[in-house]
Amino acid sequence: MAEEKKIIIVGGGLAGLMTALTALEKGAVVEMVSYVPMRRSHSVCAQGGINGAVNTRGEGDSPEFHFDDTVYGGDFLANQPMVRDMCYDAPRMIYMLDRMGVTFNRTFEGLLDFRRFGGTLFNRTAYAGATTGQQLIYALDEQVRRYEAEGKVRKFEHHAFQSLVLDRDKNCRGIVITDQHTMKSEALLGDTVAICTGGIGLLYSKHTNSVACTGSAPSRCYQQGVWYANGEFIQIHPTAIPGTDKCRLVSESVRGDGGRIWVPKKANDPRPGREIPESERSYFLEEKYPAYGNLVPRDIGSRELFDMCVNQGMGVDGKWQVYLDVTHLPEEKLRAKLAGVLEIYEKFMGEDPYHNPMKVFPAMHYTMGGLYIGYGKDTNPKADLPADWAQYQHMSNINGLFVGGEADYQYHGANRLGANSLLSCLWAGRIIGPEAVKYMDNNTLPPLLDTTVRDAVKEQEDAFSAVYKMNGTENPHLLQEELADEMWKDCTVVRDNDNLKKLDAKLDELLDRWEHIGLTDQSATTNQEVFFIRELKDRFLLAKVVVQGALNRNESRGAHYKPAYPERNDEQWLKTTIATFDGDRNPQFSFEDVDISLIKPRLRSYKTASHGGKEAKEPAAAESKS
Amino acid sequence: MADQTVHLKIKRQDGPDKPSYWQEFAVPYTPGMNILTCLDEISKNPTTIRGETVAPVAWESCCLEEVCGACSMRINGVPQQACSALVEKYKQPITLEPMAKFPIVRDLIIDRQTMFDNLMRVRAWVPIDGTYDLGPGPRQTAADQRWMYVLSRCMTCGCCLDVCPQVNPRSDFIGAAMINQVRLFNHHPTGRMHAKERLEALLGSGGIADCGNAQNCVQVCPKEIPLTQSISEMGRETVFYAVRRFLLKPDVEM
Repeated sequence: MAEEKKIIIVGGGLAGLMTALTALEKGAVVEMVSYVPMRRSHSVCAQGGINGAVNTRGEGDSPEFHFDDTVYGGDFLANQPMVRDMCYDAPRMIYMLDRMGVTFNRTFEGLLDFRRFGGTLFNRTAYAGATTGQQLIYALDEQVRRYEAEGKVRKFEHHAFQSLVLDRDKNCRGIVITDQHTMKSEALLGDTVAICTGGIGLLYSKHTNSVACTGSAPSRCYQQGVWYANGEFIQIHPTAIPGTDKCRLVSESVRGDGGRIWVPKKANDPRPGREIPESERSYFLEEKYPAYGNLVPRDIGSRELFDMCVNQGMGVDGKWQVYLDVTHLPEEKLRAKLAGVLEIYEKFMGEDPYHNPMKVFPAMHYTMGGLYIGYGKDTNPKADLPADWAQYQHMSNINGLFVGGEADYQYHGANRLGANSLLSCLWAGRIIGPEAVKYMDNNTLPPLLDTTVRDAVKEQEDAFSAVYKMNGTENPHLLQEELADEMWKDCTVVRDNDNLKKLDAKLDELLDRWEHIGLTDQSATTNQEVFFIRELKDRFLLAKVVVQGALNRNESRGAHYKPAYPERNDEQWLKTTIATFDGDRNPQFSFEDVDISLIKPRLRSYKTASHGGKEAKEPAAAESKS
Repeated sequence: MADQTVHLKIKRQDGPDKPSYWQEFAVPYTPGMNILTCLDEISKNPTTIRGETVAPVAWESCCLEEVCGACSMRINGVPQQACSALVEKYKQPITLEPMAKFPIVRDLIIDRQTMFDNLMRVRAWVPIDGTYDLGPGPRQTAADQRWMYVLSRCMTCGCCLDVCPQVNPRSDFIGAAMINQVRLFNHHPTGRMHAKERLEALLGSGGIADCGNAQNCVQVCPKEIPLTQSISEMGRETVFYAVRRFLLKPDVEM
């Protein structure tokens, strides 16, 4: 193609930045859109580390074991070939980050150090203190800035994605964005777009996410016909600091480095935690799961903590909280490896975690589900799609639209293992850049009509104008609270069909009440209220995908736990949920078989150690993929 | 807290070229409240203490846990992160103002683009050959990692610039945060190969010579980065480099 090859990337976190780098290396021109300056994206909050079977601790770890741990941890819902490719490439990606200057912790011999994380028995998590996401995103941000200094990247920070520009054949030809300050909308045109917008934490009141995790971008794509997959799979992290604005994460690495979870044996024991002797403490995870102890995967950890507090009433001070204790660990070691997260605890709780056990409780943390992507194979022969779309990995059901990072639904199945998220973000970036360029090389798209672009921009301008005219009585922040509280109550750890039906009805009510919002800010510039109001409606619509998906799925798998159907049901439910917007309010559901060609599903129980299962092969020589 | 409300005095401004003005609010107190949750309460009920309904206050935030650097503002006169500013720790009425050394966008939102431009100026990156596989990076000692890690936590919040007397409309001083970045990248084994470019930036206009040694920066850094140590180190390095450059022109090696 004689014209420049452009990729427009929405989201400036790890996945977006990595996509930019690989696309730039293939000669593409890059435009990036982000709510906030790139290095402030939510990736910066990640704490514990990034997984890779580098095997420098003499444990005999291998990418094959990493692959099995991941698939098993995901309760067999992940399409396996992509997971395998990711795990085999992980050591190389960690080395790349090392070369970029990430200040990873080191061993005596100056090599990268690796710690233990949930759902595995190997030490395969590379880390930079307890703020690994911050160091990783800064490294990638720095690399992209180097290209920016050469004029190869255009950044649109402080801009919000509004919609995809689709031509009459429904190919993606660009996006419409709005400047958060001037409030002006414009179209960015290019034949490939990558959505790397992270998770949807703002659907929940008790979340570990950032203000930027609005759920708006994936919802708008879904509203325009992009499939949304496995929406019901929401990860609840067992250990977060209780809070009203958010629940600050206490990394799994705290447990990986020796932190222990316990409750007093006596209900409502009034003594401060540090005064309760060992004999009067119940280290319930260690007792119930001798092999994995405090490092059971997150879905199991959250269920156990919930049960202990909510059902058994054994929480600390009778509240919904348990102790996470590091007071028995040497202070020097804590400072070297966990200072970042312990200082967050101290700052926000006002208590010294070096000498007092921390009080924690589960919170919504990660979105396993997301926009649908293919993996380079014809995954759904029955679908009514253009024949070539399935050739490209990480492409959605819309030609030219790629999705990566937490925003996609792949890799983690029904439950994500700790330290695999940073990995899947980078891996998505590895894939999307070259795939997007390949797509552009292989496709010559028809000329884009000016009217298509003008109409797309006008649609957004009209939508904003309509918000400026809203003069009802509802306050959008109060509606947001209702949404988030109800979702937290009925669509997290424990799911019940009656409650889910009521919740869906509540979402309909909120959608009705949305029409009666009164705008409190008429400013024509930097109007945060106007953006908030539009994003709020996006959240209601996306919440329906989550809630109805959970309602339909009558089994328990990974993070989706329904006591009325407590077992995993592979015969009926070993499939990916796909939601398609009906154009009004509701999702329509279809399903797709999961690719389980490499590891045969087996019972998932962390009561005993999983050493790769009976089907695990000997570590094979890593084949070079993509 | 004896009082069950939090009294806030907020300096507002509707746009870049508009006049500033003060408004006062009283919000209901809940334990563990921080400044941003106070601002959230105002959004739910944007009414001043005089009973006037106004537009909610505009502010910038993201992570809410003091790792992203977005929510810098002056609280009772001192620039800091608002998310970790627990209300109990402040004398009331609590004054909120935008940081003074940056152009104001609206209310508490400021424009910090100069900081990101300066990251480009000092070439704050390790220049790698490519993202493709080249095996492990260079070995580095655990001792080095311990101090380099602390420097790498700079979140471009701008507090150090806000308190620096040398950062003002008459100068283009890059500020403590940028000098700190140079120290970090110049120490990295690969970064060191390109130290010259960064030192040239520090020797240029607005560079390290503009530091007046007020030492305000290190007192406000939310990540407790030893900024004055970094400035002192880089002061030394630039002097040695400048001398070598003078003596060994034209191609001085590091």
